[in-house]
Amino acid sequence: MGEVIVVTSGKGGVGKTTTTANLGTGLAKLNKKVVLIDTDIGLRNLDVVMGLENRIVYNLVDVIEENCKLKQALIKDKRYPTLFLLPAAQTKDKTSVTPEQMKGLTDELKQEYDYIILDCPAGIEQGFKNAIAGADKALVVTTPEVSAVRDADRIIGLLEANEVKDPQLIVNRLRPDMIKRGDMMSADDVVDILAVDLIGQIPDDENIVVSTNNGEPLVGDNSQAGQAYMNICRRVTGENVPFLDLDVKKGLFGWLRRK
Amino acid sequence: MKITDIFKKKSSSDVAKDRLKFVLVSDRANCSPDLMKKIRSDIIEVLSKYAEIDMDGIDISLTQMDTEENGKTVPALYANIPIKNMNHNSK
Repeated sequence: MGEVIVVTSGKGGVGKTTTTANLGTGLAKLNKKVVLIDTDIGLRNLDVVMGLENRIVYNLVDVIEENCKLKQALIKDKRYPTLFLLPAAQTKDKTSVTPEQMKGLTDELKQEYDYIILDCPAGIEQGFKNAIAGADKALVVTTPEVSAVRDADRIIGLLEANEVKDPQLIVNRLRPDMIKRGDMMSADDVVDILAVDLIGQIPDDENIVVSTNNGEPLVGDNSQAGQAYMNICRRVTGENVPFLDLDVKKGLFGWLRRK
Repeated sequence: MKITDIFKKKSSSDVAKDRLKFVLVSDRANCSPDLMKKIRSDIIEVLSKYAEIDMDGIDISLTQMDTEENGKTVPALYANIPIKNMNHNSK
């Protein structure tokens, strides 16, 4: 039985889609069977970040409305045969899908895939409710800025109110030089304020822009962000091992500090 | 509290942390600044029946308090109200 993970943030532009793409690709690298679902109906983006925009025939709404079979709508990744994308519809809106339908879909996918990762739209309306409906766990992405952290806090409250327990935090776009100067909150500062577990900290890395330009997630390559994302993937798969997270985290933090 | 406190100017990340802590307390309690104002004036009104209050020294705010169970925090109303004189023959 697979696991349904929703990647959410509240605020837009903090790196949800990039995180979803890298998490999915990284897990496929670890030989897991993965489906990525873009739940941002009307504003699809995950397809271009994955470099699969030219292969779309059917989309999420087609599957829900039974215009096609689920298998027909899943797009196989260019590089990894166990990685699939279910793109969002571009011409519909978020009310085309209900939370019950989303839960039905993820429950079905869980039977066959190890991980179903949902890219949640920004905001707390219908799209958010759809995305979290079938989620077993949530990864909350934030950046070390007051607006993003505030929204993350709100999202964490809503997740807990909707029975998605113990969300884990990814702090994105960290700049060690600014943290050292005292001009940026560290991941620890953010964790302190939000009182949730940290699962990853991603440095601000220009390679992300390059990888998005090319439509090839950089997880697992030699870049700082690529390694940080791979570490998150390993933590996602190894989460039943006690204290493993903490050790990896310390290692990563030391590495961030040294920069 | 922090090494940065030694210096006169707070680092901007400390400012961010302080601002966030405050805003999250009222976000979490779902308590608007407007509602706080009302609570504040009501408290003052009631207390004024019994005592003369030092209006300049009043500090009423929403903060967070640690609970005994699993390190969670809950909102708490903090009120520091200096009293100049007790009104023994209250109305």
